[in-house]
Amino acid sequence: MHIYASAQYGGYVVSTTTVFINILALVALFIAFIKDRKKTKQSLIIALKSFIKILPALLLVIVFIGLFMGFVPRDQISRIIGNQAGFWGIFIIALFGAISHIPSLISFPLGASLIESGASLTAVAAFITTLTMIGIITLPVEIKELGKKMALLRNGLSFLIAITIAFIMGAIL
Amino acid sequence: MKEVFREKQMKNKKSLNLILLGISLAIAVILLLIFPDKQTVVTRTAWNFLVEMLQILPAVMVLMGLFAIFVPNKLIVKYLGSSSGIKGVLLALLIGALPTGPLYVAFPMASALLKKGARISNIIIFLSAWACIKIPQELMELQFLGAYFMALRLSLTILFVIAMGAIIEKIMLWSKN
Repeated sequence: MHIYASAQYGGYVVSTTTVFINILALVALFIAFIKDRKKTKQSLIIALKSFIKILPALLLVIVFIGLFMGFVPRDQISRIIGNQAGFWGIFIIALFGAISHIPSLISFPLGASLIESGASLTAVAAFITTLTMIGIITLPVEIKELGKKMALLRNGLSFLIAITIAFIMGAIL
Repeated sequence: MKEVFREKQMKNKKSLNLILLGISLAIAVILLLIFPDKQTVVTRTAWNFLVEMLQILPAVMVLMGLFAIFVPNKLIVKYLGSSSGIKGVLLALLIGALPTGPLYVAFPMASALLKKGARISNIIIFLSAWACIKIPQELMELQFLGAYFMALRLSLTILFVIAMGAIIEKIMLWSKN
């Protein structure tokens, strides 16, 4: 599990990704500030608002991850969605990703914690892909704007694609 | 009217999240009081994840905020509606990937583009890119799941999304005739 070094226990590892993203944001902010102060201020207000908006969901997922890692035994997880899991394990977690409404940004740490506690890469890839691509909650809006046929086709095919991608990833990684 | 409704929905969702948070915190406290030996693992895991997220999320939010203000939706519709061929596909992918808002913002844009005569395949690619190849998401994926995982999933997703665009376009046109 060396690739997941950034999610290790103990000591705070500040990864290169963290540094890169923060520098990127600072540079962008600097350029924006030179170009237009007023717009930059508006952008920061939007950023702050969306951060506050995502905060409850973020804390919820954090509590869940903590409890999950502490209480659900590793062998249980790997039996259902681990490397020994068959097609149905993947199907179930893909379905779970399709119906749950977790902010996609937060699904990645959740995925990392699942892998740490015994889930397979295939399962996590399936979960993240259906979670981001398929929106059951937003389906009514999608149907209204694009029509029933197109909306259902997009969501249905996305589900098949997600499972295919997940199995290819499991085979390669 | 519609805006007011949406606002209300958002507020309801927010308070629902707060209630859920309260319940799960209460469950966590009770569980940890019953099983004190689990306290270290649970709190340390939760804390590590929290710290890691706080190192990266503010920067991601700033990038998204900047894009929301400096790149207005009108501009996106203008560029997407007037391009075709490989250029159209690439543009649909690229514009979808920009750090903009949630998916439901993209549906009215997609609908407007369809009415303007944009290709169905490009609209599907645009929507899918908007849903799952967004730059902020890729950054989080890089951070938490590593470069291999992120790069592989990204390239597979791009390939399959382009294929899906073509298939849906075929089906839509075929069923129209």
